[in-house]
Amino acid sequence: MTRTARRTRRPLQMAVGGAAALLILSACSSSGTDSSAKPDSSGPGKLSGEVTVFAAASLKESFTTLGRQFEKDHPGTKVTFSFGGSDSLAASITGGAPADVFASASPSTMKIVTDAGDASGTPATFVRNELEIATLPGNPGKISSLEDLTKAGRKVVLCDREVPCGAAAQRALDASGLELTPVSYEQDVKAALTKVELKEADAAVVYKTDVRAAGDKVEGVEFPESADAVNDYPIALLKDAGNTEAAEAFIALVKSAEGQKVLSGAGFLKP
Amino acid sequence: MTLPTDKPRAGADTLRGGPRRRRVRTGVPLPLLVPALIGLAFLIVPLIALVVRTPWHSLPAQLTSPDVWQALKLSLICATLATGVSLVIGVPLAWLLARVDFPGRGLVRALVTLPLVLPPVVGGVALLMALGRNGIVGRWLDAWFGITLPFSTAGVVIAEAFVAMPFLVISVEGTLRAADPRYEEAAATLGASRFTAFRRVTLPLIAPGIAAGAVLAWARALGEFGATITFAGNFPGRTQTMPLAVYLALQSDPEAAIALSLVLLAVSIAVLAGLRDRWMRAG
Repeated sequence: MTRTARRTRRPLQMAVGGAAALLILSACSSSGTDSSAKPDSSGPGKLSGEVTVFAAASLKESFTTLGRQFEKDHPGTKVTFSFGGSDSLAASITGGAPADVFASASPSTMKIVTDAGDASGTPATFVRNELEIATLPGNPGKISSLEDLTKAGRKVVLCDREVPCGAAAQRALDASGLELTPVSYEQDVKAALTKVELKEADAAVVYKTDVRAAGDKVEGVEFPESADAVNDYPIALLKDAGNTEAAEAFIALVKSAEGQKVLSGAGFLKP
Repeated sequence: MTLPTDKPRAGADTLRGGPRRRRVRTGVPLPLLVPALIGLAFLIVPLIALVVRTPWHSLPAQLTSPDVWQALKLSLICATLATGVSLVIGVPLAWLLARVDFPGRGLVRALVTLPLVLPPVVGGVALLMALGRNGIVGRWLDAWFGITLPFSTAGVVIAEAFVAMPFLVISVEGTLRAADPRYEEAAATLGASRFTAFRRVTLPLIAPGIAAGAVLAWARALGEFGATITFAGNFPGRTQTMPLAVYLALQSDPEAAIALSLVLLAVSIAVLAGLRDRWMRAG
């Protein structure tokens, strides 16, 4: 109940309204069963129950791998993911969505959660991600630089400026002094990439990791201005985590050498 | 604010409302009245909540911002165009379904109404596969005429028409079935061709049904989100309609999202309430 009282001070929570209250209730009930079901919470290897991880859409492939790894290392655990735009995930968390771990694609979206007092401890940067231009296989438009995207007749999609990949793309464009009018501002990085995969757009400015994950459906073009738009990915344990031990263990796995290997294999940079 | 007082009131309507309104109680059995009122509350309370949570102090600034006006204008224009498209091709389609007996008519009717139950995003994906630059029809549009529909205002209209037209077809077909075909037969015996009979006799006869269907289709088009964002993308002034603006505003500025939602709600209610009495009852 004190949570609810604190929440009402923030306009963001007010917006989420009754749905949030329901989610808080469900969060409470699920956390109750989780902790009571745990026989012993001390020491490794005794983890059980469910870990709910809210993670940026760009982490989908590598975190899914790590989740499977985690379940294998700790039989009896189950990792469930909610992947999406970092902003909407942050809004869900501050709105009371039942999550244990939040991994966001930018410090500013993480800040929404820490400012609301929903994170436990300080978020840690675990990877960094660089932008790349995704074009059609074989690069039929001969796109070799960010400037090539500004040519007339090019259909380029960007992420909406409200989501981290869009904010990063804007930083890169600002750094190069280029004006780019896309055909669409997509709601997250995967949506932007999909438009290229479906050949509806000629190019999209997305993360290097997404280009790699898409395999040969798109071709990646590096551009020097991406150095001005490197995104730090912070991860944090959430205050209302129903399964703190398992959540901490998952974060440890992400930060471990093993986890970093998976992440760098997906194209992420070391922090 | 007023939300706490609203909740008990909704309860009072269902519990205390019965005894107070004796006249109603004698007419409507309680086992029907109570669920009906709960149903009413279920549909209306979320809308009341939206109004209650509206940031009234910042509302004027939100509503006069050019972005909102741009999105609203685009929404109104596209919904109207989508309704126009639906009328031009939907009314003949409804006539075909109601008046012409052909094999597989039941299946065609089911297919025509499929967008009603299809998730709009699926509709958007289907439109991309058909009319996208790489779609089975779209690639020829692109190659022969240089027309690409995704990311264009025309794409918004198409997405909205795809989702909204079944409402019109159902409404018009129902009216046609209720309309007496003897008028058309009489016109035919007087020498009118079937098309003349349709134009001069049937059309005026079913006008209320067409109007009702058009209003429904317009309102559905106005609220279209999934197919639009999937097929037409999101670009302010060109493809960003109000529902898209609401969704993206919710990511960063929930107050703006609520204000935008309120506008959409007000426009929809105004149109539905204003036209319902005049045409829907007649239809």
